[in-house]
Amino acid sequence: MEDVCAKFVSQKVSKARWRPLPAAALQPPDVFATGSWDNEDNRISIWSVGDLGNVGLSGEYQGEPQLLCDIRHNGDVMDMQFLDQERIVVASSTGNVTIFRHHQNNQTLSANQRWEKAHYHVDRDASCGGAACTGVICSNPEIVTVGEDGRINLFRADQKDAVRTIDNADSSTLHAVTFLRTTEILTVNSIGQLKIWDLRQQRNEPSQIFSLTGDRVPLHCVDRHPNQQHIVATGGQDGMLSIWDIRQGTMPVSLLNAHEAEMWEVHFHPSNPDHLFTCSEDGSLWHWDTSTSVSEKPSFLHQGGRSTTYFSHNTINQSVVSAWLSNDPTKDRMEITNLIPNQTLSVNSLDILGPCLVYGTDAEAIYVNRHLFA
Amino acid sequence: MEEPDAEPPLMVVPGVDSAARQLCFEWGPAEMLVCETLFGGRGGGEGRPSSSCVFVVRKDQDIYIQTLRKLFNESHGIFIGLQRSEEEFAGKSRKTQLVQVSKNYRSVIRACMEDMHQAAVSARDPALHSQYSTQVSILSAMELIWNLCEILFVEAAVAGPLLLRLLDWVRLHVCDVDNMVREVLSSENPSKHELFWNVVDVFVLQGRMDEARHLLSKEASANPTSVNMCRILDDLMKKMPVPSLGNTQTLTEMELKWQHWHEECQRYLQDGTFASNSHMESICKILLGDENAILEKKELMTTWYHFLVTRLLYSHPTVKPMELRFYAQSSMDLFLGGESSPEPLDTILMAAFEFELHQVIKECSIALSNWWFVAHLTDLLDHCKLLQSHNLYFGSNMREFLLLEYASGLFSHYSLWQLGVDYFDHCPEYGRVYLELHIERIPLNTEQKALKVLRICEQRQMHEQVRSICKIMAMKALRNNRLGSALSWSIRAKDAAFATLISDRFLKDYCEKGCFSDLDLIDNLGPSMLLSDRLTFLGKYREFHRLYGEKRFSEAAKLLLMLMTAHIAPCSFWMTLLTDALPLLEQKEVIFSAEQTYELMRCLEDLTAGKSDKQKFQDDDVETMKVEMLRLALARNLARVIVKEGTLEGS
Repeated sequence: MEDVCAKFVSQKVSKARWRPLPAAALQPPDVFATGSWDNEDNRISIWSVGDLGNVGLSGEYQGEPQLLCDIRHNGDVMDMQFLDQERIVVASSTGNVTIFRHHQNNQTLSANQRWEKAHYHVDRDASCGGAACTGVICSNPEIVTVGEDGRINLFRADQKDAVRTIDNADSSTLHAVTFLRTTEILTVNSIGQLKIWDLRQQRNEPSQIFSLTGDRVPLHCVDRHPNQQHIVATGGQDGMLSIWDIRQGTMPVSLLNAHEAEMWEVHFHPSNPDHLFTCSEDGSLWHWDTSTSVSEKPSFLHQGGRSTTYFSHNTINQSVVSAWLSNDPTKDRMEITNLIPNQTLSVNSLDILGPCLVYGTDAEAIYVNRHLFA
Repeated sequence: MEEPDAEPPLMVVPGVDSAARQLCFEWGPAEMLVCETLFGGRGGGEGRPSSSCVFVVRKDQDIYIQTLRKLFNESHGIFIGLQRSEEEFAGKSRKTQLVQVSKNYRSVIRACMEDMHQAAVSARDPALHSQYSTQVSILSAMELIWNLCEILFVEAAVAGPLLLRLLDWVRLHVCDVDNMVREVLSSENPSKHELFWNVVDVFVLQGRMDEARHLLSKEASANPTSVNMCRILDDLMKKMPVPSLGNTQTLTEMELKWQHWHEECQRYLQDGTFASNSHMESICKILLGDENAILEKKELMTTWYHFLVTRLLYSHPTVKPMELRFYAQSSMDLFLGGESSPEPLDTILMAAFEFELHQVIKECSIALSNWWFVAHLTDLLDHCKLLQSHNLYFGSNMREFLLLEYASGLFSHYSLWQLGVDYFDHCPEYGRVYLELHIERIPLNTEQKALKVLRICEQRQMHEQVRSICKIMAMKALRNNRLGSALSWSIRAKDAAFATLISDRFLKDYCEKGCFSDLDLIDNLGPSMLLSDRLTFLGKYREFHRLYGEKRFSEAAKLLLMLMTAHIAPCSFWMTLLTDALPLLEQKEVIFSAEQTYELMRCLEDLTAGKSDKQKFQDDDVETMKVEMLRLALARNLARVIVKEGTLEGS
């Protein structure tokens, strides 16, 4: 664990996100953004873990994240996504959705565009009528937000008004959203349902509803397999990880006992989807590795260079399918490691890109691991 | 009650004229509300505007300092680690472990001090700068006290090593001289520097012999006349016996060697070897432990405890812990010389040297503006089993009392409340009650925060608080017209009464609009439907609609009848249910059997018979017409079913 460096930031961290890399980049990511919650004065901050730290005269430990700039944010930061290299979309507990721009030449942040009270309860104009916006997902230039008011908004970064709004899309609180395909989104709610919405259809109804049976345990997070779009992972209030195959059935393919409390985020590794990461209120962060069960197969990362892999492509695909979708315990050789040894307070957010992991906690610290697979 | 030892300090609330106005106050868990009660006469005769402000007076001010949040969070982790490590090791390794914990605490204080120092340096506003500087000095005093307590209580160093530890302590904290040393050493010709001898003295006073000898060699090479003197002094310094950390030599051995060396120094002084150089002569006197010679260097030592340690080094190197108090007291008296009275820091250190643990904690509580220090120090000392005998005449014991105070302070903070929870957990007697009282008072602005608070309560089986939080959230959702959310919250709290209330709202909405809202929720109630009768009815009634929509008429009819005969449906809703039966009665094929039709008729008669004639008269025409239509439909259905059942049996 020597590779992990921590920094106490004097604010409870609710979200941490790597800045996406330009398409041709070879270097690992070096800039990330964090958002805080439950402070009197909440902030969006941009941090650098790159070589910039070496230049610093203060002689600080080189790996420690350095604050590049920050800006005040009205309300708790509920969710945050990079729209592109410069712009961050932030969801607020006041119901506002704001795009912040990071000016890299002079290291400042400014509010670029704001949709006031994109989420609201009965009366939008009342001073406290806003409802917390709980989730945001973007696929430039489109931005989808969900909130405690059960509403789904579709924005375009360049348009002042919402492109589409589904009022009362859900009778309970929507906790998270992600893109399934370019026109379809997935939402999870507080009564254990996973819904697919097709934004092309004018009907204000989900095209499909999946649900956990029995106890209706609220779902808090959702992520889709980056290559195989039918595989979806969700995390629930009881800390359970559910894997769904949205091509079949209405129930999860497998339920994996995981954390002891709310699972706040789940992420497939974007380029190495045999690896999955989850974090929880109980203060733990787990790395789920299914690559060991099919150790023979070449990694996707080096696929292009070898012609032999081409022939076995079909079998590779199958083995990956079985990795996440098999619920046969004898075959299941998933390796699970807890990345935080002395857990105390909640790990609210994590993000992975390349070999780098960043996570933020309620103990007001951010942690960066730059050699995840070392 | 015990009499307070010190007069309570007077606190002026800015903005309040306490001389001219009356004040009232109200205690809170960690803060106090103050407001004025005397207002000017009608029309403001005095011409002074009477203020209508309410002031919040906080007890633990340091909680609100931004830079210190790092201290609170990082030490929280150490604290938890210490509680978990409980009794893992025994004897010596346990002590090593506790010393390590103590060092961790100190390094957190130091890190925080550095941050604060950086902030002070970069602060442009002079007021801010002085505020930060004050904080730096407070933190440095805290670290100084902690370090001394670590040596005396946690590590409990014995004669011999004790002196070495004290020397380290002084070297670490008397760092005003470091700049001077750097200046001299970086000059072109150190031995000609005007502060040269000061630096040598500093090294000698702090027992840094190697560095002192290094400087002396520079003097020797620069000044040929004093080569001989330098060589002798250097030799004395080299030969000076020091207590060893290991068990390689016994105390008597050490004392013998030391006696021998002392006599040698004495000889050189008496035969006037250093008479021609006053600097070297005074150093030799210091080596001999001459109090006056040491006191002459007062400016270089800056504090009485430096004087104490230097004096011990050169006159009582094998001092035992219990003898410290005498030397400490006399050193302070000699050093201050009646010129100035001891400051709070001096009193605290003196109490530590006297091994008056409780006095140390008490003085610290009075002098410092935070509970962090005393709470953590006391907890650590308690783990060293040093505080067991002491019980307070209130509360449980001192450790718990201080932890409770500290945690209450955390809870009064807008965002540090989460840390407080773990501290309460480790207060066996009153922790739980405190937590129960505090946790209910946390403002819940988002569902996510509510979930976090709820998780804290559920982990500790605090059912009452769970119910109350869910109820608050359900009420909020209801006010925002989010019936689905409200129902979810009341199901989570297993709050039957509230679930009934919300179910009624759903049914009322249905009666008004003719369709259900929030179908995704109602269709998926599952076993939670059994929480309240009304909720069961809501779920079943919706099921009826679904069956009807799917054209499964006979199942729908059976369910509808069951809702009334089993008294699941509230009486007020029977009319609606009977009206729902109308289209079923009018279907082409016969759905209700004869027996079922009789049951329906009985239900209708029960409903109408229950009402007095007067009420009936008042009912509008629509209602009477409905009843008439139902009677007609029931009669026709009965006729058809008798024929049908008759033919079926006959054939």
